[in-house]
Amino acid sequence: MLLTTMLLIPLVGSIVVFLLPVAKAALAKQVALGFAIVTLAVSLVVVAGLDNSTGLLQYVESYEWIAAFGISWTLGVNGISALLIVMSTILVPVAMIAGWWDAENATRGTAKGYFALILILESCMIGAFAANDLFLFYVFFEAMLFPVYFLIGRFGGPQRAYAAMKFLLYSLVGGLFMLAAMIGLYVVSARELGAGTFDVVTLTSLNIDPGTQKMLFLGFFFAFAVKAPMVPFHTWLPDAAAEATPGTSTLLVGVLDKVGTFGMLHFLLPIFPEASKFYAPIIIVLAVISIFYGALVAIGQTDVMRLIAFTSISHFGFIVLGIFVFTSQGLSGASFYMVNHGFSTGALFLVMGYLVSRRGSKRIADYGGVQKVAPIMTGVFLLSGLSSLALPGMSSFVSEFLVLAGTFAVNQPAAIFATLGIVLAAVYILWLYQRMMTGMPPQEVTETVTEINRRELTAVVPLIVLLIALGFFPQVALNAINPAVQQVQEYVGFSDPQATVEIEGSGP
Amino acid sequence: MIAALIGLPLFGAVVLLLGGRRTNAWGHLLAVAMSASSFFVAAILFVQMIGKPEEEREIGQHLFDWIAVGAFQIPFGFLLDQLSIVFVLLITGVGTLIHIYSIGYMEHEPNRRQFFGYLNLFIAAMLLLVLADNYFLLYLGWESVGLASYLLISFYQQKPSAAAAGKKAFIVNRVGDVGLALAILLMFVTFGTLSFEGVAAGAGIASPSTLTWIGLALLLAACGKSAQFPLQSWLLDAMEGPTPVSALIHAATMVTAGVYLIVRAHAIFDLSETARTAVVAVGAITLLLGAFIGTAKDDIKKGLAGSTMSQIGYMILAAGLGPVGYVFAIFHLLTHGMFKAGLFLGAGSVMHGMHDDVNMRHYGALRTMMKVTYATFGLGFLAIIGIPPFAGFWSKDEIIHAAFGQNMFIGLATLLGAGVTAFYMTRMMAMTFFGEARWEPDVKPHESSAVMTIPMIVLALGSAFGGMAMLFIGDIEHWLEPVTGFAYPQNSVSNAVLIPITLSVILVGAGYAWLRYGRRPIPVVAPANVSLLTRTARADAYGDAINESLFMRPGQYLTRSLTWFDTKAIDGFVGGIAAAIGGLSARSRRLQNGLVRSYALTMLGGAALIALVLLLVRL
Repeated sequence: MLLTTMLLIPLVGSIVVFLLPVAKAALAKQVALGFAIVTLAVSLVVVAGLDNSTGLLQYVESYEWIAAFGISWTLGVNGISALLIVMSTILVPVAMIAGWWDAENATRGTAKGYFALILILESCMIGAFAANDLFLFYVFFEAMLFPVYFLIGRFGGPQRAYAAMKFLLYSLVGGLFMLAAMIGLYVVSARELGAGTFDVVTLTSLNIDPGTQKMLFLGFFFAFAVKAPMVPFHTWLPDAAAEATPGTSTLLVGVLDKVGTFGMLHFLLPIFPEASKFYAPIIIVLAVISIFYGALVAIGQTDVMRLIAFTSISHFGFIVLGIFVFTSQGLSGASFYMVNHGFSTGALFLVMGYLVSRRGSKRIADYGGVQKVAPIMTGVFLLSGLSSLALPGMSSFVSEFLVLAGTFAVNQPAAIFATLGIVLAAVYILWLYQRMMTGMPPQEVTETVTEINRRELTAVVPLIVLLIALGFFPQVALNAINPAVQQVQEYVGFSDPQATVEIEGSGP
Repeated sequence: MIAALIGLPLFGAVVLLLGGRRTNAWGHLLAVAMSASSFFVAAILFVQMIGKPEEEREIGQHLFDWIAVGAFQIPFGFLLDQLSIVFVLLITGVGTLIHIYSIGYMEHEPNRRQFFGYLNLFIAAMLLLVLADNYFLLYLGWESVGLASYLLISFYQQKPSAAAAGKKAFIVNRVGDVGLALAILLMFVTFGTLSFEGVAAGAGIASPSTLTWIGLALLLAACGKSAQFPLQSWLLDAMEGPTPVSALIHAATMVTAGVYLIVRAHAIFDLSETARTAVVAVGAITLLLGAFIGTAKDDIKKGLAGSTMSQIGYMILAAGLGPVGYVFAIFHLLTHGMFKAGLFLGAGSVMHGMHDDVNMRHYGALRTMMKVTYATFGLGFLAIIGIPPFAGFWSKDEIIHAAFGQNMFIGLATLLGAGVTAFYMTRMMAMTFFGEARWEPDVKPHESSAVMTIPMIVLALGSAFGGMAMLFIGDIEHWLEPVTGFAYPQNSVSNAVLIPITLSVILVGAGYAWLRYGRRPIPVVAPANVSLLTRTARADAYGDAINESLFMRPGQYLTRSLTWFDTKAIDGFVGGIAAAIGGLSARSRRLQNGLVRSYALTMLGGAALIALVLLLVRL
C-alpha cells in the first residue's frame, strides 16, 4: 500500500489545491508545498526500508484492474527506481520553492493551477517509476504529458505554444510506437502462456524468439529515445526547456526524461535481452554521437536555457552508453548518473532562472560581470556547473567515471571517444561562466541583477549539498543500485569481463 | 594523523568560503594557522618516519570505502611513504611561507578572505594528490588542484584577461586529464585494481604494449598539469593570477605534479622503454622551449614562467631516464620548489614596490632601493643557474650527468639548457636590479614589509643551503630508493669532467647576457626590429597560434555548423514533415484546433502502426 499511498498523496494534493479559491494563491502554494514535502517524507521511508541484499522488486502490490486484458495495478520498486522516485520527490518541492512567483504573471493560468499541475505531474512520475505492469506504465508515461503540456503552454515564455505543441507531438508519436509494440508483446505473451499479460516480471521470464524481440524492441526503444532524448530525436527538448519556467524545465529534464532511460534499463534489457545485445553496438554509437553532438551544439548556443538543455543531451548519451554496455560499472554508473543529473541540471536551470527573471533575458550576450553584483549566486552557479562538467569530488564524476570504466572493459573505442567528451564539458561550462559571470558588469546588469535571496538559496542549496555529499559517499546510493543492477545483468545473461592480469595468481 | 594533514587546511577553506564577511577580519590568520598546523603535523610524521627502520617507514590509513561496484573497488585511503613525505613537507612548508607573504601582498585586496580560502583549498587538494594510495583518489586530488588553480588564476575576475587565462588553464589541463582517465581505465581492465601497490605488483606480467599505452597516457596527463610540450601554453597566461599563487601553484607545487605522477608510476615506466623515451623527448623539448621563451620576455613573471616550464622539463627528462633519474627528478623538484618560489616572491616584492608593473623595462637599479629583495632574489638566481654550492647546482648537475649517461644528444640538450638558463636569468637580474632607473614617473620603489620579506629570506636560505642539506644530511638518493629504486648512472663522462664544462657553459650564458643587458642601456620600449628568433620567443614559440589554428578555429567552425545543422536540418526536417501532415504549422492562436487535429492524425497513424505490428508478430 505504501507505493500507492505515495502516488496518491500528490494527486489528492492537486485536487485540494485546485478546489481552493483563486484569490487564496498564497495558501494554495503553501498547501501544495506541504503535500510535496509529505510525499518526500514517504519516499524517504520507502528508501530507508529497502532491502539492499536483493535486486528483486520490493513493496510489491498488485490489484486486478482490467482482467480481460491481463492488466493489473502492479507497483514495486528496486534500488534504482526507489532512488529515482526520491530524486523526483526532492526536485518537486525544490522546483516549487524556486518558482514560488513564476506563475504570477501568466496570461492564461493561475498560481494555484501551476502548483496543482506540478503535483499531478509528480504523481505520474512516481507511477511511471513504480509501475511494473507495462500497460500501467504506459498510462503514466502518456498521462504525464498533459500536465507538462499545460505547464509549458500556459506558464512558459513567448514561444510557449510552439514549444508545448512540439513536446506533445514528439512524445505522442513516440508513445504510439510503444503502444504498438506493447500490444505486439501482449499477443506474444498470449501465445506463449495461453492468456496475455502485461505483468513485467512474467514478461521477463518469457522466451521470445529473437526475430520478434528485435522488432518489438524497436517500438519501445524509439519511444524511450525520444523521451530521453537521443540525437536525432532531441529537437523538442531545447525548445521546451527554453520556453518553460525554470521549475518546469527542472522537472522536465531532471525527471521526465529519465523515464526514457529508466525504461531502457528496466524494461528493454530484461524483456528483450537478445535484441538488446543485438542492437547494443548501434545504440552505443548513437550514444557516443549524442555525447559529442550535445556538447558541441551546447557550445554554440546563444540562449542560456537552450545551452543547458543541450548539455543534458550530452549527459543522456553517457547514461544510454552505460546501459548498453551491460557491465556492472556501466549499469550502476548509468543509474547513479540519472540521479545526479537530476540534481545538477536542476541546480543549473534554477540558478539561471533566478538570473533570467532579474535581467529579463536569456541571451548569454546580455550578461557579464555578474560576480561583481551577485557573488553568492555566482558561486552557486559555479558549483552546479562544476557538477555538470563532472569535476572529481562531485557525485556526477563518480557516475561518469563508472560509465567510462564499464564501457572501456567491453568497447574501448567508445570509451576513448566518450572520455574526450570531458574536455568539451569543460568548454561549455567554463565559457558560459566566463561570458556571464566575469568581467565588468554592463549597466543593464548592475541595474537589474540583485543577490540571490533566502528563498532562492533554500531551493538550490540542498541540491548542491547532495551533489557534494554523494561525490564523497556515493556508496549510500550505489549500495541500493548494485543489487538491482546485478539482477538486470542476470536477465540479460551478461557477466563482467575479468581483468587481463590476475594479481593473486588465482587464475588457472 | 595523515587525514589531519588534509583535514586542517580543508577546514580552513570551508570556514572561509562559507563563513562570508563575518570571517573577513581574521580569515587570513585562520588560513595561515591551518597551513602551519598541517606543516607541524607533517614535521612530526617526518621525525617519526626517520626514527623507524627503512622497511617500516611506509604507513597507510584507510578512511572508508569510496566506491564499490563489481570489480571497481576504490578505498578512500592514504599512503605516507618516503616519497610522499617530502612532497608534504614542501607543500605545507612553502605553502605556509606563501600564506604568510600573502598577508602583506594581498593587504589591500577587498576579497582577501576568499583568496585565503582558495589557498587553503589548494593545500588540501595538493596534499590529497600526493597522499592518495590509489590512482583514482589521486585523480580526485589532481582535478581538485586544477580547480584551485582555476579559481586563483582568475581571482581578479573583473579582468577579462584573468578570466580567460583561468578558463584556458582548466581546459588545457582537461586535455591532460583525458590522459589520466585513460591510464586509469587501462589499469583497471588490465590489473583489476587501481592501488599503487596492486598496479606495481601486476606490471611485471602485463603485456609490454599495454604498459607502453598506460605510460603514454600518464605522460599526456603529466604534460597537461606540468605545462610540458605540447600542452605548455596555459602556464604563461596563468601569470594573470596574484603573484603568491604563481609562486606556490605555478612554480613550487602543482605544476610539478606531473613529475610526481611519473615517479609514482615508475613500475610502469621501468618496464616500458618506449614510454620512457617519450618522456625524455618531452622533457628535452620543453626544457629548451621554456628556456628559449624566457630569453625574450619583458614581463618578469612570464620570464619566470618560461623558466618554470624549462626546469620542469629537466625533472620530466630525469624521470624518463628510469632508476638513474627518478631520485634526481624529485631532488630537483624540491630544490626548484624553494628557489623558484623565492624568485616569484621576489618578483612579487618588486611589483609591490613598482605599482604592480611587471615590465622589466620599467625597472632598473633596484638593488639599492630593495636590498632584501635584491639579496634574496640574488640567492635564488645563483641557485637556479647552478653555481656551486647553491641548491640548483647539486640537483641540476646530477640530471645533466645522468642525461649524458643515457645519450649524448640528451646530455647536450641539458647542457645547452643550462647555458640559456644562465642567459635569461642574468638578463632578468640586470634589467631589474642593475643599470639605470627606468621607472615610470609616479613610481617610488620601496622595500616590502617584514611579513613579505621574512618568507623570502627563509626561501633564500633554502636556495642557498637546501641542496647541500638534502644531499649530504638527508642522503636523498637512499632516502627515496625504497620507493623509486635507484641506480648509479653508468657514464663514460665523469662528473669531474662534466662539472667544469657545465660551469663554463653557464658562465658563457651569464656573461653574454651581462654584456647585452648589464653593460648597455635598455630601451624603455621593446625594440620592434628584432631577429626572427626573438620574435618567435616573444610569441611563446607560437604555441597559442598553433593551438588556435589546429583546434580552436576548426572547433569553432564545427560548433557553428552543427548548431546551424541542428536548427535548420534536423529540426527543419522534422518540422517539415509535421507541417506536411498539418500539425505543427498551426498558429498559436489556433492552438486548440491544431491540437485536436494533430491528435486525431497521430491516432490514425497509431492505429495503422498497431495493425502493422500485429501483422508482424503473426497474430
